[in-house]
Amino acid sequence: MTSPIKIITFRELGSFFDSLTAYILIIAFLGFSGFFTWIYGGDIFIRKEADLQVFFSIAKWTLFFFIPALTMKMIAEEKKTGTIELLLTKAVSPRQLVLGKFFACLLLVLITLGFTLVYYVSVSKLGNIDHGATVSGYLGLILMSAAYISIGLFASSLTNNQIVAFLLALFIGIFFHFIFDVLSNSSRGILGTLFLNLSVNEHVESISRGVIDTKDLIYFISLTLLGLFAAEWLISRKK
Amino acid sequence: MDLIVSSLSKRYESQKAVDDISFSVKSGEIVGFLGPNGAGKTTTMKMLTQYIAPDSGQIQYGGSTSSSSLDIRRAIGYLPEHNPLYEDMPVMDYLGFCAALQGVNPSEIPSKVREMVVKCGLDVEKHKKITELSKGFRQRVGLAQAIIHNPKILILDEPTTGLDPNQIVEIRELIKNLGKEKTVILSTHILPEVEATCDRILIINKGKIVADGTVANLRKQSESRQILRVRIDGAETERIYQSLQSMPDVRMVDILQQAENKFEIQSNSELPLNREVFKLCVSNHWELLEMIPFETKLEDIFRDLTVN
Repeated sequence: MTSPIKIITFRELGSFFDSLTAYILIIAFLGFSGFFTWIYGGDIFIRKEADLQVFFSIAKWTLFFFIPALTMKMIAEEKKTGTIELLLTKAVSPRQLVLGKFFACLLLVLITLGFTLVYYVSVSKLGNIDHGATVSGYLGLILMSAAYISIGLFASSLTNNQIVAFLLALFIGIFFHFIFDVLSNSSRGILGTLFLNLSVNEHVESISRGVIDTKDLIYFISLTLLGLFAAEWLISRKK
Repeated sequence: MDLIVSSLSKRYESQKAVDDISFSVKSGEIVGFLGPNGAGKTTTMKMLTQYIAPDSGQIQYGGSTSSSSLDIRRAIGYLPEHNPLYEDMPVMDYLGFCAALQGVNPSEIPSKVREMVVKCGLDVEKHKKITELSKGFRQRVGLAQAIIHNPKILILDEPTTGLDPNQIVEIRELIKNLGKEKTVILSTHILPEVEATCDRILIINKGKIVADGTVANLRKQSESRQILRVRIDGAETERIYQSLQSMPDVRMVDILQQAENKFEIQSNSELPLNREVFKLCVSNHWELLEMIPFETKLEDIFRDLTVN
């Protein structure tokens, strides 16, 4: 017997690739990040440093917008078409359902990021790349994606309208991505520290510097778990 | 697996959707759930399948209350109302997915899927995406996903909606066969369907069970009147009408068609009128061309019980 989590993960992943979602995401992501990394503005050739810092800072924003587009239909659509009833009356618990969807989104993000390993190889041919910093840069992106996916799933389980789910996920996400950062700069004392600690940006930066601090890991893991638990709770709350 | 429901209740805000209902269904029995729209059929079915939790009351599956809820769900096959399906999936993939979720051994899934495709008549459409299917085929896919894991309990919410008459007959046959060894509960608006498929009927109205029994039993319970339709030749309509009217135990005579001398006779008692009508014709030298007995229709019983 295969675990329901795995079954759901692969069904969702399959449906990403059956529809155009996966291809659009991959192409658009590579297009955006490639353009800014290699061609436009402060690209690698201008900086003359063999690193992927430009790519990482672009990817942070691209993923911020792309992930809600992935997660928006995940639960909202199931609720709208009634297929959630089909799943939950089979041998699937709400937790398995949420985790299945979570891993499907995470896997797609990993596949997308996998393509950018070409950048890594290219840059390493150009000069002495800091391998440690690159690995931790990727790790930061992956942890950030996990957190945003769980926020997206939470938003998707709040409504049965995909657009609402998308906007909600962006709305919640923008606080972590941007607003807490801004607030921390303008506040002092405990409040400033609090906002700084809540900011996704701060923790991604911290990881990207190559120092993997448990504080940062705990931050991302708890943000992810919080989103997943909230989504599970919303789904299992029976009418 | 027997199903025992005791004092189940469910309330939506101010409205009682299901109000303290109790019944049991034995293995090998097909029970038809009848009721007007909004009577609480679907709510009851959703509680039986553990999709929604009851406010109070208990449901026992096969006498055991200890088994975990996932095990119970594995023993249930469910076709929800409106038959939701993953539209973007091909039929075969979808059935495989459902089988896997219900814990069918991965090595057995392909053969199970093939079996269902044959059993539910999906062969011509098996490679199509569900969104391309007609309503009748979608309904078959819904039924196939409900039975693919060989569940002990089958709960079908309006299994034959959207099917054409031939398909209805096929699906009824399928349900009847399944009902030989499983516990089947189906809901429907179509009264002849219940008569054709079910061993027992539960009529539910305003969240309460108002009747529980076999079709024959229900007929006995309700006011039983016999109805005869006759066509008599050999005299004027008016004369025949008068004679029929004057027979003992006749409650009412209707002229259905004057030109053909067709009448409808309702009896007052349970005693059949056939003999009396025949004798009347013989003694008057009339020719009895047609005599069709009508039983009280299930529709009438249903209306009696559900219209206040």
